[in-house]
Amino acid sequence: MNRYRDNPAAIRGLVRPQSIHRDLYVDPELFELEMTHLWRNTWIYVGHDSQIPAAGDFYSTVIGREPVIMVRGADEQVRVFPNRCAHKGTRLVSAVHGSCQGGLLRCPYHGWTYRLDGTLRTIPLKAGYEQTGFEQSDAARGLTPLNAVNYRGFVFVRLAPTGVDFHEFFGESLSSIDNMVERSPVGRLEVAGGVLRYLHDCNWKMYVENLNDAMHPMVAHESSAGTAKRIWEQGQPAGPAPMVIEQFVPFVNGYDFFEKMGVRVYENGHSYTGVNFSIHSKYSSVGEYEQRMSAAYGEERARRILGEARHNTVYYPSLTIKGAIQSIRVARPLAVDRTLIESWTFRLVGAPDELLARTTTYTRLINAPTSMVGHDDLHCYRGIQEGLAAASSEWVSLHRNYRESEADGIAGTYGATNEAPMRGQYRAWARYMTAGMTGEP
Amino acid sequence: MSQAAIDLVYREARLIDERRFDEWFDLFTDDARYWMPLTRGQPDGQTHTSLFYEDKLLLKVRIERLRHPNAFSQQQPSFCQHVLQQPAVERRDAASGALIVRTPFIYVETQLDRQLVLAAIAWHHLIGPDEALRVRLKKIDLLNCDAALPSIQLLL
Repeated sequence: MNRYRDNPAAIRGLVRPQSIHRDLYVDPELFELEMTHLWRNTWIYVGHDSQIPAAGDFYSTVIGREPVIMVRGADEQVRVFPNRCAHKGTRLVSAVHGSCQGGLLRCPYHGWTYRLDGTLRTIPLKAGYEQTGFEQSDAARGLTPLNAVNYRGFVFVRLAPTGVDFHEFFGESLSSIDNMVERSPVGRLEVAGGVLRYLHDCNWKMYVENLNDAMHPMVAHESSAGTAKRIWEQGQPAGPAPMVIEQFVPFVNGYDFFEKMGVRVYENGHSYTGVNFSIHSKYSSVGEYEQRMSAAYGEERARRILGEARHNTVYYPSLTIKGAIQSIRVARPLAVDRTLIESWTFRLVGAPDELLARTTTYTRLINAPTSMVGHDDLHCYRGIQEGLAAASSEWVSLHRNYRESEADGIAGTYGATNEAPMRGQYRAWARYMTAGMTGEP
Repeated sequence: MSQAAIDLVYREARLIDERRFDEWFDLFTDDARYWMPLTRGQPDGQTHTSLFYEDKLLLKVRIERLRHPNAFSQQQPSFCQHVLQQPAVERRDAASGALIVRTPFIYVETQLDRQLVLAAIAWHHLIGPDEALRVRLKKIDLLNCDAALPSIQLLL
């Protein structure tokens, strides 16, 4: 099938102001084009620099279709390289985390070695390459670093050699990362508590859309969060609710709550729910945390930092974060109907351990393959994946609270039940799917 | 003592498989934990994420949810079967007095055309006299705890 390859007009035709074509979720050709265009033209989350604290430490992952290594150099710089030997393409490292022996990356096949800045150091029997034209080849250049930006510990790459600048792409949405970092009394985050890896048999976009969907919790999570609420209340509790109840119960707040929490939408597909408050706003204070924050920032500023309780921020297309509880969820698309969701948690350096216990509890309750809430959500995503096979309509509705004025720009603050965040995602989708595409006039 | 402990481990798995969740729930002490760590050798369930780390309140929520008419992911219900290796009484825990029983097992969970097969080792910490032996801790070391996993909807 070649309906969409090198056909930007056909791709743009799939996104209307208030609806999108079902092919976005079900068409394998479009999925492959997403991997070679959208996931190369935009800034994709790789990992956090605390995963590689020492020189020579590496972390390996896959960005779209491309295996990459994030490495800490001898100069402390974090670089991201293709995980591919310059010789025959062998993956240089196979472990997820590790440390380069002797400060060198060494290919497991023919023993080529690279310095941590990617330059080629040695090739066994190097004389065999004399007068072969090797010095002019790509291979002689070693590993070329990808365009990477380390924003306050969060490392992103844009695989395409040219394209949108990092700060231009994310703009003011970076304030959510700022807030997450500032929640540490010393302004530093560390990955801690493990990573949950949950296989979703659905297209990646259902997951990313859902993070700013304020119309589903009271329906989809009635059986899980609703049951938690009922059991707790039936027990006629005398004391304060335990952490798990505090975390479950707001999922079944009413429409009014979710509408009023507000959503801020930026250009390029980014947005966050919880402008005014969120399901995380009423968590009990923990240990000495607030005192330590006041001591670090002064009372006024500490109150402002902790007063931001953003719900989910979408860094389109790959990363979603929950600054208020220091967890992130990363979408790693595998196929048109298969997505790996990684949930990582962070320690707020300088904060009491109870904060880490709060985030590991939350992520277990909500993001684990064993999570009741996760089961509720994935059931719906799978339902869309299978339901869209019905040919009764080609279009998926995103009409809620649409206004024609969005044609001039979608950035703004809305009631959180507005589907503007999704409309914003698909405007960005069409833009970065077709940017630089052959056939573009 | 050993035979009562072994019988309890078999019974505990069978009650899950037969969806007799209320009877299963009553096998656990009020302060019990049902724990499946996320990593090998994970020291605790507090400052590290687990796959399960349930007290009785959460276990109650879990089994009540399975019966909820709007538990949409269970409208096509899941079923499971444990295949246990002979449980072995390992030792008595000096601090708690609990008897520790080790049981390797295979767990199969099915939902219409989807079937999931997992391997694990269960560690039961049992307390009380033979005639009223109960589970204070069931810890499940999942062989592929670090794998990308699909939904696991019932209980190992």
